[in-house]
Amino acid sequence: MDNAGFIIASYIITFGAVGAYAIGVIRRSRKSSRDVPRDQRPWS
Amino acid sequence: MNTSSSLDASPRDRVTGTQFTRGLGILVLAGMVLLIVLGLFVSPADVNQGESVRIMYAHVPGAWLAYLAFIVTAISSAAYLWNRTRSLTWDRIAGASAEVGVLFMGISLITGSLWGRITWGTYWTWDARLTTTAFLFVTYIGYLAVRGLGGTHQQRARRSAVLALLAVLEIPLVHFSVELWNTLHQEASVAGRGTDVEMDGLMLFTLFLGVVVFTLMYAWLVLHRQRSLALDDMLDDSGLDTALTARRAEAEGMSR
Repeated sequence: MDNAGFIIASYIITFGAVGAYAIGVIRRSRKSSRDVPRDQRPWS
Repeated sequence: MNTSSSLDASPRDRVTGTQFTRGLGILVLAGMVLLIVLGLFVSPADVNQGESVRIMYAHVPGAWLAYLAFIVTAISSAAYLWNRTRSLTWDRIAGASAEVGVLFMGISLITGSLWGRITWGTYWTWDARLTTTAFLFVTYIGYLAVRGLGGTHQQRARRSAVLALLAVLEIPLVHFSVELWNTLHQEASVAGRGTDVEMDGLMLFTLFLGVVVFTLMYAWLVLHRQRSLALDDMLDDSGLDTALTARRAEAEGMSR
């Protein structure tokens, strides 16, 4: 595959960035939820 | 104190998740795997651009999703400002959507830059499409910075809603920049005005799959992020209540 480095890098950046953001959101939520009772979370 | 079982956040506790978001997440992961396989190995190379066209399956959905995210931010902001629906949920959806939009816009800029290096021989040029896109990206970083300024939740919601309604006006400028000015960037290959699509069926399918997968990914991220913002707001409120109670107790103690 020509330019394989650029092509593979674009996929790694795309899915890596989304994955890192998703993990960040989950971690932040887990931290915040320690002090919020479950019955106060309308979605649960 | 975190002694109540209702406050526990065990690793298995789905803090911002529900059965729906879990199902959505599984669908997104499966779609991502299929997109990578089709995009990198199965879809054919382009007659003119060769293998570099594979970047399109990440770049184009990223750009479209950023547009969608910023439009959702504007709609949610308008819903917040409309008196009958002045709910902070709209504000949090706007904030979450803008954050995810900035993520997708950043992805689109970087993948576009890599694609540009192959096809144009440079990572960056001050072309109309690239410049307006960079300007849109910076605008929404500014929007997120404004959301982080102090004040009450309602003040935050009001000022960021006004900004979101102004910022969204940049999207037509970015989208039509390739028609308004002479640019290096190609015009829309699909869904453009007067487009004569001559794309291989499998390439078109992979691109369509990319848009669907990115849309589901966007929905999953926004659902979780807006719930995460709701948790932060609840914590702020409880912190304020605690501080007020302490202040009242202190004032009562002084008056005796």
